[in-house]
Amino acid sequence: MNEMIYLYDGSFEGLLCCIFDSYANKEILTAIFSDEDFAPTLFPTRTVSTNAGHASRVLRKIHKLSPYAEELLRRGYLTCMDEKEIRLYRLVVKLLREGAGFLRDFSDETLHPVAAAVRHLNGEAHLLKGFIRFSELGGVLGSEIEPKNRVLPVLRSHFCSRYQNEKFFIYDRTHHEALFYAAGKAVIRPLADFQMAPPDEAEANYRLLWKRFYDTIAIKERENPKLRMSNMPKRYWNTMTEFQDASYFTPAASSAAVPAPGAPAGRSVPETPPAHGLSAPASAP
Amino acid sequence: MDVLSKLEILTDAAKYDAACTSSGSRRGFKQGWIGNTSSSIAGCCHTFSADGRCVTLLKVLMSNCCVYDCAYCGNRRSNDTRRAAFTPEELADLTINFFRRNYIEGLFLSSGVLRNPDYTMEQMIRAIRILRETYRFNGYIHAKAIPGAAPELVEQLGLLVDRLSCNIELPSEAGLRTLAPEKTKTAILAPMRQIQNRRIQNKEELVKYRHTPKFAPAGQSTQMIVGATPDSDLHILRLTQGLYDRYQLKRVFFSAYVPVVENALLPARGTKPPLLREHRLYQADWLLRFYGFRAEELLDEKTPSFDPRLDPKCCWALRHPEFFPVEVNRADYEALLRVPGLGVVSARRILTARRSGPLRVENLPKLGVVMKRAQYFLTANGQMADGLRFTQDSLLRNLIAAEQSQLPQPELQQLSLFDSAGLLREATP
Repeated sequence: MNEMIYLYDGSFEGLLCCIFDSYANKEILTAIFSDEDFAPTLFPTRTVSTNAGHASRVLRKIHKLSPYAEELLRRGYLTCMDEKEIRLYRLVVKLLREGAGFLRDFSDETLHPVAAAVRHLNGEAHLLKGFIRFSELGGVLGSEIEPKNRVLPVLRSHFCSRYQNEKFFIYDRTHHEALFYAAGKAVIRPLADFQMAPPDEAEANYRLLWKRFYDTIAIKERENPKLRMSNMPKRYWNTMTEFQDASYFTPAASSAAVPAPGAPAGRSVPETPPAHGLSAPASAP
Repeated sequence: MDVLSKLEILTDAAKYDAACTSSGSRRGFKQGWIGNTSSSIAGCCHTFSADGRCVTLLKVLMSNCCVYDCAYCGNRRSNDTRRAAFTPEELADLTINFFRRNYIEGLFLSSGVLRNPDYTMEQMIRAIRILRETYRFNGYIHAKAIPGAAPELVEQLGLLVDRLSCNIELPSEAGLRTLAPEKTKTAILAPMRQIQNRRIQNKEELVKYRHTPKFAPAGQSTQMIVGATPDSDLHILRLTQGLYDRYQLKRVFFSAYVPVVENALLPARGTKPPLLREHRLYQADWLLRFYGFRAEELLDEKTPSFDPRLDPKCCWALRHPEFFPVEVNRADYEALLRVPGLGVVSARRILTARRSGPLRVENLPKLGVVMKRAQYFLTANGQMADGLRFTQDSLLRNLIAAEQSQLPQPELQQLSLFDSAGLLREATP
């Protein structure tokens, strides 16, 4: 059994193929890097090519042993845990060696970091279900978030069922990807750069109404900034309507919210299936 | 008056209502409708206001004009304040547009009594009807049943909304007589009983006919004001337990009284709201609902109010040394729940974790056990935490110290070495 560092393409299937290849080549992995994170080392490395067949075989085996482990693997891949690949790999190795029993013990040292990271992801997604703020521009609802974990796949079903008759998108500034939804179809696509257009008259009005509601609902005698901060950490405030400054509530002077016909090509989300209407909020800054 | 000013006045008038929950009603999407209700067991908070309370619903009054003159209420007839009323159309438009922007989970509609209870309820029903039938809004709605309104109107409202509630406000009849002379206990309890009976009937109907319209599927709740009347914690907690037992309420909310009007019968303006007392009552409420405690165990005639220094569960544990220590590898779920520092989640985790091997003390923090409280009351494999020594006295001191950091601190005053300004001037030339 040789020790080895694996490199993969950063996709979930790629990660599963790392696990497959480590067994096929009888190698023990000491680290797994995605191509972009890798800094050259003196240790032997191997680049894993992604193979859909191998990936699904690994997943099927894990599912057979424990559906919970499969969920941990799928969700764990989305988290911002340090060295998530190698931790997930060790979880799978332990599962294949010992069976699913240890997954019941939350304090197990292989399980605990993964389960804690997945809880962090789920917690963040749960908070964002409430904290996401949409703006309506040209009939499309758009919003931006700055999460630590890749929450979009977790948020997808919630917002798709809530706004099934709407067209909407959620842009993840941290991971540069966006969830698009229109006419019953949702896709998550990488999106390098994006700037929200200024609000029109009606949108600015509803923002102002919400801000006024938010400021009024607090009881002055009970003010408790510490409690608010622990319930709603400040890192979420950046994208929430009620904490924006005055310019956020003033409508654009002209009809700037309506997209200019010749919007720059890079902004209008290329290769996105539900493209109709999506060009509206994606106008230039 | 424009909608912005109306919203401000009617939010300001509604903010003392503590209830703001969106859980208990699981409704997926319906074709052609907008919205669903939260699938999470805890509902969904959309923001937290400056006082740290969750905001999940658009909490407003239909109107803050009121024919009643309840002494504790800011909307009382004799109070000189700005008055406003939403039209049903305005309110429906506001709700749907807030909902589409994900500002809120739904609507929480209450109202001052405009002309008479029936007329008020009719206005509320009209607004909610527009929301449900014209906008086809499928999200969460919580409405207040106005005491004294006709049962037919309560019935209509219950079929439109997810949760109904009817506020008791003052926990004793004596309090009602002096502070809210137009309200009676029977007028408040009658709609509560009606809602309870109707829900039981609805459950039977749903077994027979799957598509029977649901009546208030998220149940009913109520609210009591704490600190406006001299009622003791024991009295309030007994009443709470009675409401859970006899009326099958989902929640009882407590609202620390904030003096909004000057009245000889009430605490003076500027009195701080009894927030710690409210906090202790909520802690006890959780013990009643999830931990299998009864009101008599927590308080009795000799100690009719909670200890401000310690939470009710710790107090109970200190009074019952014979129950402890609890062995985490053998104790059943109910016994685990009685250990301070252990909650519903950590108790469940212990139950599953110990199936794959005996637990040791080091494992417990990872399972979510709060050791600074729990260590005095449990053993793992017959052993307590390493190096732990305590007596009955030091145990109390340690527990109080552990709790101290979480309580609101009294305002500290900077002591000065130089009590006269003259000395200070000499010292700094």
